[in-house]
Parts: sequence; structure tokens; C-alpha cells
Amino acid sequence: MTSPAVRIAAVAALGALLWQLPGAARDEPGAVDAADLIPEDKRSGYHFQAEQTRTMQDDPMGNPGLLWVSQGEFLWHEAPANRRACAGCHGDAAASMRGVAARYPAIDGVSGRLMNLEARINDCRARRQALPPLPYESDDLLALTAYVARQSHGMPVGVAVDGPARPWFERGRELYATRQGQLNLACRHCHQQHAGRKLRGDTLSQGHGTGYPAYRLEWQTLGSLHRRLRACSAGVRAVMPGLGSDDYLALELFLGWRAAGLPVETPAVRR
Amino acid sequence: MKPAFIKVPERVKRGEVFPVKVLIRHPMETGHRRDRVGAPIPRDIIHSFRADYDGDVVFRMELFPGIAANPYLEFRTVATRTGTLTCRWEDDAGGRHSQSVTITVE
Repeated sequence: MTSPAVRIAAVAALGALLWQLPGAARDEPGAVDAADLIPEDKRSGYHFQAEQTRTMQDDPMGNPGLLWVSQGEFLWHEAPANRRACAGCHGDAAASMRGVAARYPAIDGVSGRLMNLEARINDCRARRQALPPLPYESDDLLALTAYVARQSHGMPVGVAVDGPARPWFERGRELYATRQGQLNLACRHCHQQHAGRKLRGDTLSQGHGTGYPAYRLEWQTLGSLHRRLRACSAGVRAVMPGLGSDDYLALELFLGWRAAGLPVETPAVRR
Repeated sequence: MKPAFIKVPERVKRGEVFPVKVLIRHPMETGHRRDRVGAPIPRDIIHSFRADYDGDVVFRMELFPGIAANPYLEFRTVATRTGTLTCRWEDDAGGRHSQSVTITVE
């Protein structure tokens, strides 16, 4: 009693399934061209949120992430005992920090290491203020990061991936394209191949980190990009690299390259 | 550092009903969660909020554990005279906060 249309649909579905079987040659991460990991119709996570969440992000009185930006502004001007404040060297953040977040993570000229904003802030604390690093994911570090990133609000993301950054970029690309965890999924399976489709009640975004640190309703607080990446690692039941780890730094650089041209939205509001 | 954002219109006319918007930084810990070793996290929510303006309490609110972190409150009141509107709130940890804005009545 099966109609031809149903039979064709069934065959097509099976074909789609086989196409996604693990181990196929096209799944070798080395075989994935980086250009194939950029969505054709690039959209920030904002476009995959419910209308209420988008309204919350856009409303200066409704976006709770701005409370951290305000705290960051306070910390920027607050001089620790016998030391200069951030503002003591950098002056007005609106001028000195403008555009910085858009080009981070970047290679540090002194150490030659890749640094994201969090690492840069802690490096500056150690080198210039002789202060201990702020713990990753602490409110103070999130606040300063969000405040610095806010100065690039609306500016297009563009990170450098040449020269000393190249090995980091390659490592990030490979992580992005490699299947991992008990669910045996790579970043690209959800955020490249299936972006815009449903994962249970949620819509899969293209996985651009341009709004971080972001206020996630699930967290009820501001959180870093690395915290968000850990949630994805846990989601596919993979080993979760640490906050600020080299793996996530490399991935952050790759994501910055992949998101090139999208505006910095920090602090974004996400589900 | 200010613990909240409070927004009112720049100017209001006498007798005008105007909105007051308040966004408060607070974890609103419900008391129902446990930490990594299984110990209960004590409840810490803002349990009461009130706003004073021109000698009157113009708004009062009790808050409960079902209210999200960093609560957003909005209420309306009538413009009487130029003066200070003061918001005060207390939480379970014993924190008492207040923050004021100026209401300019034409």
C-alpha cells in the first residue's frame, strides 16, 4: 500500500543517513577544507534566538550583561593599593580599547603565545600591576572582559591567522572538524551542516562566539566563551578541556576567523 | 559600583503617570540547589523591595525564589514634585541596598 512518493522519501532518508555514517572518507579532519567550514549565509547567534531574547539583548535596561559591563567600568578605574588602575596606563577605554576585542585572540608580542582577552587582562595584571591572576569565570574577570569587549560593540570581527598564529589556527580547525565524544560528533556537524535545524526544543546556531562573554538565561549569569564551549563538549559527551586551555584558545581563534565580518555583540543574551 | 540600573524619564509633567524601570544585580539563589559536593546552597534572594518618593512609599514588592536572577522590575507612579526616588531592597544574606534617582517635575 506504500505510495511511490513515500518509498522515494524513505530511500532519500536512508541515503541521508548513510551519508552521515562515521568513518567515511569525507570525515577525515585533514580532508576538510577550512573554507568549507564557513556558512554561506553567515548569521550571528542573535538570529537563532526567540524574539523576546533578542529584545532583551537590545534593551539597555533589559540586558543583564550590562550590569557586568558597568562593574568592569568600575574596576577599570579602580586603582589597587599602591598600583595604577587599568585607566592609569590605558586611559579612556572608549578610545584605547576600541576594536581590540574584534581582533582577539591574538599573538602576544612578548611571550609569543596566543592570548584571548581574558588571558591578556591577566597578563597585564601580572606584568604591569604585579597582581595575582583573576580566576577564569570569576565575576571580576568576566566584568573586565565584557567592559573591554563592549568598546568594540558593532565592529566587525577580524583575527589574524598568519605567521605565528598559523599553528594555532590549524589546531583550531582540526578540533572543529574532528569527531569527538560518545556521540561521535564534530562541531561542524551541528553548527555547519545542521545550523538552523532543531535540536530538541532549541534551534542550532551557526556557532559564532561573537557575543561572548554573554548572558545565558540557562546560566542566569554572564559566562565566558570557554564556558559555553565546555557545555558543547559535555553535550557530545566528550572530554571537556579546561577554561583557558590551549585547545579552547585554538578553537577560539578558529571561530574568530570563521566569524569574520560579524559584529561584536558583547554582552549578548542567549537562551 | 552601583548595584542596579534605575531609569526614569528625564523630565515629567506634574500629575503625569511615569514608568520606573529597575534592573538589579543579584544571583537570586533559590535554596533548592546543591553544590558540587552535594551540600545545599543556602537561599539568597532579594525578599523585599520598596520605592519611596515625595514622602510616600509608592511601590512595594515581595519577591520569591521563582524569580530569575538579576530581576527586572517596572512600576508606575504619579509625578508630584521634583525630588528623589529611592529604591531599597533587602536580601537573605542580610544585604540592605538603596539607590536613588532624581525625578524632575516641570
